[in-house]
Amino acid sequence: MTYPLLLNIAKALMLARWKQTLVAAIGVTFGITMFVALLSFMTGLNKMLDGLILNRSPHVRLYNEIKPSADQPINMSRDYSGHYNFISNLKAGTARLEIYNIGFIMQSLKKDNRVLGLAPRITAQAFFNYGTLDLNGVINGIDVIEESRLFAFKDYVIAGKAEDLKNIPNSIILGKELAATMLANIGDMVNITTSTGTRYSLKLVGLFQSGINEIDKVQSYASISTTQKILNKPGSYITDLAIKMKDINDSPPAAGQYAQLYGTSAEDIQTANAQFETGTRVRMIISYSVGITLLIVAGFGIYNILNMMIYEKMDSIAILKATGFSGSDVKRIFLTISLGIGFFGGLAGLLFGFLLSTGIHQVPFNTEALPTVKTYPINNDPLFYIIGISFSLVTTYFAGLFPARKAGRVDPVIIIRGK
Amino acid sequence: MLAARHVSKDFRDPVTVRVLDDISFAVHRGEFVSVTGKSGCGKSTLLYVLSTMDTDYEGEVIIDNESMKTKKQNQLAQVRNEKIGFVFQFHYLINEFNVLRNIMLPALKLNRYSEAQIEHSALEKLAMLDIQKLATKKVNQLSGGEKQRVAIARALINEPHIIMGDEPTGNLDKRNSEIVFDIFQRLSKEFNQTLLVVTHDSSFAERTDRTIEMEDGKIISQ
Repeated sequence: MTYPLLLNIAKALMLARWKQTLVAAIGVTFGITMFVALLSFMTGLNKMLDGLILNRSPHVRLYNEIKPSADQPINMSRDYSGHYNFISNLKAGTARLEIYNIGFIMQSLKKDNRVLGLAPRITAQAFFNYGTLDLNGVINGIDVIEESRLFAFKDYVIAGKAEDLKNIPNSIILGKELAATMLANIGDMVNITTSTGTRYSLKLVGLFQSGINEIDKVQSYASISTTQKILNKPGSYITDLAIKMKDINDSPPAAGQYAQLYGTSAEDIQTANAQFETGTRVRMIISYSVGITLLIVAGFGIYNILNMMIYEKMDSIAILKATGFSGSDVKRIFLTISLGIGFFGGLAGLLFGFLLSTGIHQVPFNTEALPTVKTYPINNDPLFYIIGISFSLVTTYFAGLFPARKAGRVDPVIIIRGK
Repeated sequence: MLAARHVSKDFRDPVTVRVLDDISFAVHRGEFVSVTGKSGCGKSTLLYVLSTMDTDYEGEVIIDNESMKTKKQNQLAQVRNEKIGFVFQFHYLINEFNVLRNIMLPALKLNRYSEAQIEHSALEKLAMLDIQKLATKKVNQLSGGEKQRVAIARALINEPHIIMGDEPTGNLDKRNSEIVFDIFQRLSKEFNQTLLVVTHDSSFAERTDRTIEMEDGKIISQ
């Protein structure tokens, strides 16, 4: 209707009290700044910490679990078919760790369009011989190219070249801690003893650092074929199949299907790493509640300032009403003031929030545990900016609503007679 | 033009007091009417009822052949904007705006003419009241008499059917009172403007076309 006029009046009222208006706007700016910076920083850290584990974990892992057969002979016997059979101290028979029919499984998985890629793995227990000592360790047989593509293996190799595992026969990459314990340098020969007692010499071609000390102390990597040779197994021997899905949320149902289809055990990432999901969610809740609290405090500031403004401007409100402005016009004027504070304060908040988070991103963050991270990580998700500005508008709308309604209800007769 | 039919009003707090008792009268086009009476006789209350700002009354108020009784708050605001011009005892200008803008506000709200046309007509009103030099001044730079003249210019801007005044000279010295009265007189004579003015200034009341005298909420002579 005559909204430009109301806007004009709102502007005049705001400018007449520009110091108070500025203080209110700074409140909103501060709230939004902290909201945006906090969320960017928190989710940046979250992503990095989760990535530490989740990026390297398969979304679905196929393997053979050692467990006794579900179909025991006594259950098949006709004589005891009507009975309930108890078997104590049941033991697993000749357990095979390898996945049966791996060639077919890999072919069929490659055709599944939910699957981004798969990497075969072999896990082998071994002792690293260091002088007279035998250090407990694990050798992972991997396909370097696929592991690097799907699970960022290369990022964690801090010395030497990951590809050398493939190019140099009988080579190994050791965890940084393990290599440090054995005083082994790149190019040295490392002696291992397998669980069956065979001894091998492998050439150290690289060091890796996962960021988790426990892992770096025991893990090592070799190529699939080297590992098969160490274990004296044929080329079809694969104990684990790591699958990366296109959408991580597909993993739980896919795990169930694969377990049934291929007769293996299957574990999905959500089940394996439930604690990360929980941690992420708790950190998000904390960030949001701090941000929202700041905005609500800013909202109370606006409420106070508008209330004061209305008491000061009682005369003006009365005369506006006497000369033909309706209650809803007056209400709109004060809501406009409030939303104006919210909009411009919020906009400034987004800008400062962006600057602050960019500033945080410049702060050096060097830690032994995280070889790929040099500064504090941030996550500049546009969603935070959208939430920030909408939240500042919503808060200021409600902060302004009650004072504005009060202004709308001012009875001009009482004011004009009251003198 | 403007009529009150059996208008009564009670103040209920703290005890019920009848402030207006069965008041009926009419103001015709071009009339300059004053309402007088002792302090507390209900003359201001009557004015606020007639002005549509006070809606808590019995009886009927008719402006321009329309009853105000059934109208909603927003419609009443529209009526005030379009048909009534106000001049109060205290000048009630808006300090955030300059003189010209203050005068233009009701017309901008009415939104019948363009802003340029409204500005032109506001300047005309100022010229008519011989205060065109004040146009760009801030309200708080004006004297009381000047403020009241600006308030009259504002009351005139929408060419209202009636101008209502509540003690428009009550806060002014002799000389300024005379100026304000002369303006009213001129509006009535030259422009055939209808005026209804509440005053306790007897010399003011005597010189109007018609005087309604009130006592204890009743009209005792008109």
